[in-house]
Amino acid sequence: MSIEVSSVGKRFGSFVALDDVDLTVADGRLTALLGPSGGGKSTLLRIIGGLEQPDSGTVRINGKDATRVPPQRRNVGFVFQHYAAFKHLTVYRNVAFGLEIRKRPKAEIRARVQELLALVHLEQFADRLPEQLSGGQRQRMALARALAVEPTVLLLDEPFGALDAQVRKELRDWLRRLHDEVHVTTIFVTHDQEEALEVADELVVINQGRIEQVGTPADVYDKPANDFVMGFLGPVTRLAGRLVRPHDLEILTSEAPDTTPAEVTGLQRIGFEVRLTLDAGAEQPWAQLTRGQAEDLRLAIGQHVWIRATR
Amino acid sequence: MSTVVEPATAASPARTRAARDASGAARLGVGSGLGLGMAVLWLSLLVLIPLAAVVARGFTGGWNGFWDNITDPSAVRALRLTVVSSLLVAAINAVMGTLLAWVLVRDPFPGRRLVDLIIDIPFALPTIVAGLVLLAVYGTDSPVGIHLLGTQRAIVLGLLFVTLPFAVRSVQPVLMALDTEVEQAAACLGASPFTIFRRVVLPLLLPAIASGATLAFARAMGEYGSVLLISGGLSRTKVSSMYAYQKIENFDFPAAAATATVLLAVSLLVIVGLDLLQRAAARRG
Repeated sequence: MSIEVSSVGKRFGSFVALDDVDLTVADGRLTALLGPSGGGKSTLLRIIGGLEQPDSGTVRINGKDATRVPPQRRNVGFVFQHYAAFKHLTVYRNVAFGLEIRKRPKAEIRARVQELLALVHLEQFADRLPEQLSGGQRQRMALARALAVEPTVLLLDEPFGALDAQVRKELRDWLRRLHDEVHVTTIFVTHDQEEALEVADELVVINQGRIEQVGTPADVYDKPANDFVMGFLGPVTRLAGRLVRPHDLEILTSEAPDTTPAEVTGLQRIGFEVRLTLDAGAEQPWAQLTRGQAEDLRLAIGQHVWIRATR
Repeated sequence: MSTVVEPATAASPARTRAARDASGAARLGVGSGLGLGMAVLWLSLLVLIPLAAVVARGFTGGWNGFWDNITDPSAVRALRLTVVSSLLVAAINAVMGTLLAWVLVRDPFPGRRLVDLIIDIPFALPTIVAGLVLLAVYGTDSPVGIHLLGTQRAIVLGLLFVTLPFAVRSVQPVLMALDTEVEQAAACLGASPFTIFRRVVLPLLLPAIASGATLAFARAMGEYGSVLLISGGLSRTKVSSMYAYQKIENFDFPAAAATATVLLAVSLLVIVGLDLLQRAAARRG
């Protein structure tokens, strides 16, 4: 269901966490709130979930004003970075918790929990305690628990932040596929641009309490609204006084229109990628080439080349 | 999806525990042998031998003598008062101690540090001074108009006073370590504040509450100083420790030792019982 945040402000003492934020999240989308730590993205998520009260502004969920509605009656699923598992309850009882609160019949609860445990691949762990699970398994349990009550909105606060790189990558693919199956409107907070670009339908870049840009991952990457977004979403370098992506630099071995002459000062091979550092007099840009491109150009340190930005 | 099958870390703590147990059963090295020897010697000199001596003293008149001593009507009356008051005190402490700990941890208010300090006063105060304090407030010249001298309620009050810190100090650190996100997660799932407390917070606090209550009970069972003055020296307010002291004054050592043995047995029973309950709870989760 759609979420509308209008002119929401939030301060913690003298620190401005959110400054007059407006945001609309469309129905059924997977949206990432992306930004540096302390930028306000978690605060915004917690305000949408009702775990934090805004100082000003309103939150509408599914057309209804939810600004003062307590989390109990918002019907949102919330997943925390550190799992927030009920340590004294089994995996089964953790997932069943929301349904037991709603006093659903036992048989219905059983069926629903089994279905969810299958969805998160934890069927054989139903009788375990959370502490007997790995981090990735705990987070999947937390997801199943949040999904059990059929929330109108699923909110995830740095859900993979506490996991190691390998599990993180797997869970991120899995979340994408899960969303394609379940289609619940989902917002997740991350400070990892790769995670956001890979998983989300839509990106919301937040910095210093303000929304810098909203758009599809491709849009935000290719047409960043400002230097901050450009710099935050991927590598950048400077050419002719302008920020460009190092993989958007074209290297020519002979002079051509609109090029800048430069000297190759370094060549570094990183897997399939070749990093080229250049000296263009006033600036020292660097370029990202594929192995093939670098081989075709027969580059060597000290060589004179001409460079231009293709975007 | 099959790729997300991490190795279950669950087995590893159990395995290390098993390994430790196995090595414990093996022969001890010189250092740890000496350490264990010292520990056992110290414990024996300080605790086990005196306890055994008291029990032995209690049975100087054989089983029949012991039985006669502990079934003496005034001994029974004192014991009943002691056990009932101590159970009551443990129960009240479990509730009020948890409440105090909650307020101290969760509701930062001005003067919180001062209250935190005050809680330890009954613990630090010599118990006879605690008795004097109670007598001053609830005695015959009670400035607040509450006269409790020589009542069983006064005994409970005195025991509550000296055992106050136990429950608070047991629950407080556990409450501080509790992750509030767990409660937020429950709230998002629709649980009311009361349900969150009952189904999420309380189960996690229960072991600490139980251990606080046990400590309070054990302390209350043997309390003497704080209840001596307020009891008014009447037989209906005589707790077992006072009964034992009175027997010693009358040179009836076997009777005093028999009472001591019963107190020892009750305390041991409660401590072991609660420990078993806690283990069962820990296994069940």
